[in-house]
Amino acid sequence: MTVTEEPTAAVREVGKDRRRKEDQRLITGRTRWTDNMQLTGMLHLAMVRSPYAHARITNVDMSAAQQAPGVISVLCGRDLKDHQGELPCAWPITDDQKCMAHPAVAVDRVAFAGEVVAVVAARTAAQARDAAELVDVDYEELPAVVDLKKAAADEVLAHPELGTNVSATWVFDSAEAGSGGDVEDSIRDAEVLIEREYRQQRLIPSFMEPRSTVVDPTGEQFVMWTSTQVPHILRLMLALTLGVPESKVRVIAPDVGGGFGGKLQVTPEEIITFLMARQTGKPCKWTETRSESLLSAHHGRDQWQKLTLAARRDGTVTGLKVELLADMGAYLGLVTPGVPILGAFMFNSIYKFESYRFECRNIFTNKTWTDAYRGAGRPEATFAIERLMDELAAELGRDPLELREQNWIRHDEFPFSTVAGMEYDSGNYEAATERAKELFGYDELRAEQARRRESGDRVQLGLGISTFTEMCGLAPSRVLGALSYGAGGWEHASVRMLPSGKVEVITGSSAHGQGHETAWSQIVADQLGVPFDDVEVLHGDTQISPRGLDTYGSRSLVVGGQAVVMAAKKVIEKAKPLAAHVLEANVDDLEFSDGRFTVRGAGADQEGLGLAGLALRVFAAHDLPDGMEPSLDADATFDPVNFSFPHGTHLCAMEVDTETGETTMRSYVCVDDIGNVVNPLIVDGQVHGGLVQGIAQALWEEAVYDDQGTLVSGSFVDYTLPTSADTISFVTDRTVSPATSNDLGAKGVGEAGCIASTPAVVNAIVDAVRPMGVQDITMPCTPERVWRAIHGGGRGGATEESAMPHFEEDAPNQDNPGTEGGQL
Amino acid sequence: MTRISVRVDGVTYSDEVEPRTLLVHYLRESLGKTGTVVGCDTSNCGACTVHLDGRSVKSCNVLAVQADGHEVTTIEGLADGETLTPLQEAFRDCHALQCGYCTPGMIMQATDLLRENPSPDEAYVRQHMEGNLCRCTGYHNIVKAVLQAAGATATGGEQA
Repeated sequence: MTVTEEPTAAVREVGKDRRRKEDQRLITGRTRWTDNMQLTGMLHLAMVRSPYAHARITNVDMSAAQQAPGVISVLCGRDLKDHQGELPCAWPITDDQKCMAHPAVAVDRVAFAGEVVAVVAARTAAQARDAAELVDVDYEELPAVVDLKKAAADEVLAHPELGTNVSATWVFDSAEAGSGGDVEDSIRDAEVLIEREYRQQRLIPSFMEPRSTVVDPTGEQFVMWTSTQVPHILRLMLALTLGVPESKVRVIAPDVGGGFGGKLQVTPEEIITFLMARQTGKPCKWTETRSESLLSAHHGRDQWQKLTLAARRDGTVTGLKVELLADMGAYLGLVTPGVPILGAFMFNSIYKFESYRFECRNIFTNKTWTDAYRGAGRPEATFAIERLMDELAAELGRDPLELREQNWIRHDEFPFSTVAGMEYDSGNYEAATERAKELFGYDELRAEQARRRESGDRVQLGLGISTFTEMCGLAPSRVLGALSYGAGGWEHASVRMLPSGKVEVITGSSAHGQGHETAWSQIVADQLGVPFDDVEVLHGDTQISPRGLDTYGSRSLVVGGQAVVMAAKKVIEKAKPLAAHVLEANVDDLEFSDGRFTVRGAGADQEGLGLAGLALRVFAAHDLPDGMEPSLDADATFDPVNFSFPHGTHLCAMEVDTETGETTMRSYVCVDDIGNVVNPLIVDGQVHGGLVQGIAQALWEEAVYDDQGTLVSGSFVDYTLPTSADTISFVTDRTVSPATSNDLGAKGVGEAGCIASTPAVVNAIVDAVRPMGVQDITMPCTPERVWRAIHGGGRGGATEESAMPHFEEDAPNQDNPGTEGGQL
Repeated sequence: MTRISVRVDGVTYSDEVEPRTLLVHYLRESLGKTGTVVGCDTSNCGACTVHLDGRSVKSCNVLAVQADGHEVTTIEGLADGETLTPLQEAFRDCHALQCGYCTPGMIMQATDLLRENPSPDEAYVRQHMEGNLCRCTGYHNIVKAVLQAAGATATGGEQA
């Protein structure tokens, strides 16, 4: 095990399981969610949304709504078309990418069910909703394309004027990139070929706080409070989209109730609320219902993966060919096209392939648009390769862990340049796996599995493995530039020394549950030698934190945290001349530790000078060295030179009732290597939550559309988030090989659990029933699908087939079209 | 409009409400009790859980007029001044919250759970918290916190 010893100084904060600073207000209800905002004269908005997946808007009659009680304004696309601009897509992945203009309010055509066609502003939320019911929209239905594969065949066009549903085709080929050989050679020479097709179902991020936006147009600047992960990006995009000077817009992300990528967006509703506030001159608030959220906030995943793995008979993998279809939905959101591309660098994972080719076709359909969801591209890649490694092991009759070890990068081979062109800086797959096996009782469980197979037990045991890695710390700006992303990947921080000795840390990261206030306080307490409680972390307001690129992609600690470290170091450098001046010593003779400057060689009993005292001297500025500006405050911007590569070994034991198809998780062990840890309590929490989101993809969640393009899993009744009763307690542990890309040695943990767990669960279920001839079960692995797979039903069938038809002709209790309101 | 009189967190309020007003909207918009939040529209998520005469209810599933003459406790009325309840303390101590949006409902539900069964085991806690959804924690630390507040320890997996 490669555990790096932390310095043993008792004062060290980093590494402590500090209880969170954030919690006091959250456990007492003293929270500031956007929907809590009440401003004098505030109006409330309600959206009118299209019930059709694809239709021409022939008329919008707003007269009844305009006459309704309390209604101040009703606007439709016609009214807004010259003011609303187009919603931004910041990631054109190819030069010839096809992109459909995305208005906040549809003008003459809707392209998915849930698209906004009109907006009502009224004195109360209830009045707005009542009036929205009175807006009469005439539609002329157009053919809708819902199925991803049919869309890829261009049978029906999501946007007829584009002439195709293919938005872009993006290719990485190791032979062309010079990072490996030609995959066709590997396939031709393969002794074993594993060819599989996997479905990544459509998921909905389902953050617990529904989205809400308030815009106050009074005063010199527009102020927007909004439940967003990206206040800085949003401010810039509002300026670019609406033609408002950036300096006239302030965006505040107050307490934000989760995001998971789902609030990494510039939303139509944010634009609409802004426009309505500008039009009425009054503060406006929009808060969505959960059903609205599931319908219209962006979705995630939704891919078909066609995979070819080439190997030698001795188990050595040689080539990997990946052909993806990725469903964009109806429009390209902020980073929609890039999400599957983030997976391009991860399909090869921890294994040493000679050749690799990745090709992804981004496809439009008439469904809610997709974009980032926890992991974004990397869960899909991890699922594919970890499923394939199990399939190869089964094909060769090998233990799947042993086969992985034969192929993975050994700990003495780092740094390692991968076939996908990444340079992995550190890792130790042997250590994490060894520890996970021990905690799991791998050998004992294998023996039990054999016994139960032998005895023909009705409930079979399966063991699932996922030895994952991911790329975190988005991202080196030059890499983003090479991938045609519209922005950089740096992060900014400031450290302000207040005269009283307290410290304010301003971060461009924008937390929404991650605990940055606590972790950043720990980092700064160590850097400056000040008490943890003396550090105040400020974020999420573009007026307080003017520079930042926000929170997503497991970037906050490894990029934003490093910026904080750099800013703190600058404060010490700025304080040095003053300390030397006061101590009447040479600057070069000063030492700084535990918050105090001392003079080298002046003895252990010297009092030295603390930073707090120096801050007060700077505030007074009565006696500063010549030429010193009266400030210790410092800014830093960090642009990483490389990604970080967390990894881990996840082991899952599932029991499968072969008569009913019911699956039960028996145990789950994960040992993650996320580099050095700032706060183990927070890290474990991130892992637990990620695990359950990944497990939920394997077992329960799916956004299902009917053939008309209607979302039929549009509430929490149908979109089945796991509950406490569905889940178990986990066993977590860590090994540590520090990252080399930042001073903290941290790698990032926000997405790890979600990336790793999905294939571990599916591998376990397939492992349980493989002797019955099953080699795959489509996600989510519902009891019905598992049962069908066991009983010769292939992969268990598509959800759409069991979801339709909703209404059988001649069946009882159906509306009779001939009678108003149906029959009794 | 209907006149109601409700005691909320120790204060008696008398208000005219629209009969269709949900208790959660009355609490948030009329009384400013914004600690109680709305997470769904199908009474699945439990974020709005409060106590009605000491029993947990989902306040999105109760009309304000149904609370007339009754006593409501919200997350804001749980602590005794600066003194937190054992459950509030346990939630912080066990890191049973991340974004914190589900937390008021979780704590109110768990308070009622422990009133009914002061010595639950893990399975009991998991069954009786299933009406409250959390997207951040994976429930691991929530279950742990409820057990800790009850003076018990989790029987399942632990930090190794």
